[in-house]
Amino acid sequence: MVKSTSKDAQDLFHSLHSAYTATPTNLKIIDLYVCFAVFTALIQQVAYMALVGSFPFNSFLSGVLSCIGTAVLAVCLRIQVNKENKEFKDLAPERAFADFVLCNLVLHLVIINFLG
Amino acid sequence: MMAGGNVRFLVLILAVAICGAASVFQPISDSHRSAALDVFVPVDGSYKSLEEAYEALKTLEILGIDKKSDLSSKTCENVVKVLQSSSSTLKDAFYALNVNGILKCKIGEAGPKDIVSQLQAGVKDAKLLLDFYYSVRGLVLAKEQFPGTHISLGDAEAIFRSIKSLSQSDGRWRYSSNNPESSTFAAGLAYETLAGVISLAPSEFDPSLIQSVKTGILKLSDSIQKYDDGTFYFDEKSVDASQGPISTTASVIRGLTSFAASESTGLNLPGDKIVGLAKFFLGVGIPGDAKDFFNQIDALACLEDNKFSVPLILSLPSTVISLTKKEPLKVKVSTVLGSKAPALSVKLTQALSSKSVDSSVINNQELKFDADSATYFLDSFPKNFDIGKYTFVFKIVLDESAHEKVYITEAQTKVPIAATGAISIENAEIAVLDSDIGSVESQKKLDLTKDGAVSLSANHLQKLRLSFQLTTPLGNAFKPHQAFFKLKHESQVEHIFLVKTSGKKSELVLDFLGLVEKLYYLSGKYEIQLTIGDASMENSLLSNIGHIELDLPERPEKATRPPLQSTEPYSRYGPKAEISHIFRIPEKLPAKQLSLVFLGVIVLPFIGFLIGLTRLGVNIKSFPSSTGSAISALLFHCGIGAVLLLYVLFWLKLDLFTTLKALSLLGVFLLFVGHRTLSQLASASNKLKSA
Repeated sequence: MVKSTSKDAQDLFHSLHSAYTATPTNLKIIDLYVCFAVFTALIQQVAYMALVGSFPFNSFLSGVLSCIGTAVLAVCLRIQVNKENKEFKDLAPERAFADFVLCNLVLHLVIINFLG
Repeated sequence: MMAGGNVRFLVLILAVAICGAASVFQPISDSHRSAALDVFVPVDGSYKSLEEAYEALKTLEILGIDKKSDLSSKTCENVVKVLQSSSSTLKDAFYALNVNGILKCKIGEAGPKDIVSQLQAGVKDAKLLLDFYYSVRGLVLAKEQFPGTHISLGDAEAIFRSIKSLSQSDGRWRYSSNNPESSTFAAGLAYETLAGVISLAPSEFDPSLIQSVKTGILKLSDSIQKYDDGTFYFDEKSVDASQGPISTTASVIRGLTSFAASESTGLNLPGDKIVGLAKFFLGVGIPGDAKDFFNQIDALACLEDNKFSVPLILSLPSTVISLTKKEPLKVKVSTVLGSKAPALSVKLTQALSSKSVDSSVINNQELKFDADSATYFLDSFPKNFDIGKYTFVFKIVLDESAHEKVYITEAQTKVPIAATGAISIENAEIAVLDSDIGSVESQKKLDLTKDGAVSLSANHLQKLRLSFQLTTPLGNAFKPHQAFFKLKHESQVEHIFLVKTSGKKSELVLDFLGLVEKLYYLSGKYEIQLTIGDASMENSLLSNIGHIELDLPERPEKATRPPLQSTEPYSRYGPKAEISHIFRIPEKLPAKQLSLVFLGVIVLPFIGFLIGLTRLGVNIKSFPSSTGSAISALLFHCGIGAVLLLYVLFWLKLDLFTTLKALSLLGVFLLFVGHRTLSQLASASNKLKSA
C-alpha cells in the first residue's frame, strides 16, 4: 500500500508537471513572480522574526505586507490575463497589466510611507 | 544710576495714583528741581550737542536753578564757533542762538551779520518745513539778541503761504511737499514758524490768512485725546511715529502759545482743555528722560507765561482726614510751576461717600484762607461725617477784581479723600461650648488692646466661639478688611481662620469635630492670635489672646502628616528641588552586521527569480520596432523606473507632501505614455489575431 501511494504521488506529480508545461509562457512568468514574492515574505517572517524579533514593528509589517500585496496583485493579473477564463474574455490583457502596474505603484507608496 | 531708579519708582507710584476718575495733581515742586540736576548732567563739562545744551539750560532756567557758571565756558565756545562759521547748518545756528539767549555769550561784531544773512538766505531757499522753522525762528531770536542788526523778511506773505501750503485739512502738517504723511508734531512747529513770520513781517497781514490758520487750529484741537482722569493730550495718528504724546503735546502747546502771543489773542481752546493739558504734563511726574523733562517743563512754562489763559491747579498735600487728630483738611491753589495764585476762594461743593453716591454729606462749604502758608483749609466737619472713602468736589471761584492775566480753572475738581478714625471694640469674649447642647463650658472676657493670658482647654467634641463688636466713632456698623484668627501649635504648625462680620457683630465658631483632620490630629498647646485691620481704622490690632489646650484623637494611618516646618520662616521662598527630565531610552536596535547579512539573504530570492525568468526563455521580442511606439514604450519603462526611484528618495529624504507633488506630475506623464504604449500593443496583437 505504501508503495502504491508513493507511486500515486509520483504519478500525480508527473501529471501536474506535464499539465503545467502546457500553460503559456506569460502565465508562467507571473507564477514565478508570485513564488518569488511569497518566498521573500517567508524569509522575512520566519527566519528574521524567529531569530531576532519583530522590532521595529512598522518596518517588519511593511516588508511582509508589500510582498504579500504584490503577490495578490500578481494573482489577480494572472486571473485576468488567462485566456481560459470565461469571465474576463472581453478584458484586454494590456488593460489588466496597466491595472497591475497602477495598483503596485500605489501599494509601494503606502509601504514606503509606512516603512519610516 | 540710583537717582534714575528712584525717579522711575516715583513715576510708577504717581502713575498708579492717577487711576480712577478722581485724582490729585501736584504742581512742579522742589523734588522736580533736585531731579533736574540729576537728569541734565553734562558729560565732561559740556553737552553732546547744542540741542541738548539748549534743552538742559532752558529747563534749569525755568526751574530757577542756576548752573550757568559751570557750563558756560565750553558751551559758549561751541556757540561762538557755530555763529562765526559760514558753513553751519540752519539747525545748528538755531540752537546756537537759543543757547546764546540763555547764556549771553560774547560774540564779536562780525558774527551776527554773517549768521543773519545766512538765515535770511535759508528762509528764501527753504522748501521743507524744518528749514522754514529753523531759519524763521533763528531770525526771531537774532532780532531779540542783536538789536542793532537789521532783519527783514522779504516777501512775508509769500513765505506765509508756502508754509501754509504744507498743511492738511485736518489741521496737521506735512514735513515736505513730497512726503504725504502728516504729523501733529509738525503742526506745532508750523504754528511757531507762522508766529515768527507774523512777528517779523514789516506790515499787517491779510486777515483772511490769519483766519485760515485759526480754523486750522480749531480742526487740530478736534484731534485732542483724553484719559479717564480728565487729562487731555495730543498724539500722532500713526502707531510708529517717532514722537510720543509728551513731545507732540509740547510741540502743539509751543506752537499755539507763540501764535496767540503774536496775534495778541487767546489760545482758541476751551478752558477745561487747557487745564487738562496742564494736568497731563503734571501727571507725568518726574520723567527720567532728558527730552521728556524738557518738553514737560517747557510746555508748562508756555502755559504759565501766556497772557490769556493761565491754568490754576488745585492740589492737596494730604488726602487723609483723621477724625481722632482733628486736623484741618488743607488745599493749595497755585499755577503749574508752583507760583502764587491770585485772590480767589475755594468752595467744597459736595462730599460724596462711597457707600451712598447720591446724597452728599457736606454741601457748599467755603474754605478759610491762611495767608501765611497760602493754603485754604476746612477745619469743621459735620456731625454725620463718618470714617470711610469719600469723593470731595471742589470749585475755585476767582475774585472779581481785575488781574494782569486771565486765569482759568476747571469747572470742578474731584479728589478722593479717606477719613480714618478709631474703631471701638466691645464685648469681646471667647468661649468653649459643648457641641450638642450648645451650653457654655468656659467663657472668658477679652481685652483686645493688650495681650492676654487666657488659658482654655477643649477636646474634639467641643466648639470654640469668639465674638466681638466693632463700631465706628459715630456708632455705625463696621466691617473690617482683615479679621484673622490664628492657631499656632507648639510644633510651629499654623492655621488661619476668617472672622465673619454681619451688622455690628463679628463671630467665629470653630467646630473641632469637623476640623480634626485639618489640624493634622495634633493635640497639645495652641497659641491664639487675633488680627483686626482696615484702611480707615487707626487702631488696627494684632493681639496674642492666650493659649488653648486641644485634646484630639489619635491620628489614623491614612491621615496626612503635618508639613515639616523649617526653622527658617522664609525658606519656603527659597529655590525648589531641580526637576531632571528622564527621556525615554531608545530601544536597542539589532546589530548592524546581522542586518547586513539579512539584507544579503533577502536578495537571494530575487536572484532566483531572475534565473527562473531566463530559464523560461523570457525575451523582449514584442518590443515595438517602429520609432514612435518604441519611444513611448521606452518612456513607459523609464516612467515606472522614475516612480520607483522617487519612492526610494521618499524613504531616504523627502517628506510625504513633496513626494505626492512629484508623484502627481510623474503619474500624469506615466498615464499618457502608458496608455499610448499599451494601446499600440493591443492594436498590434489584434492585428495579429485577425491576420
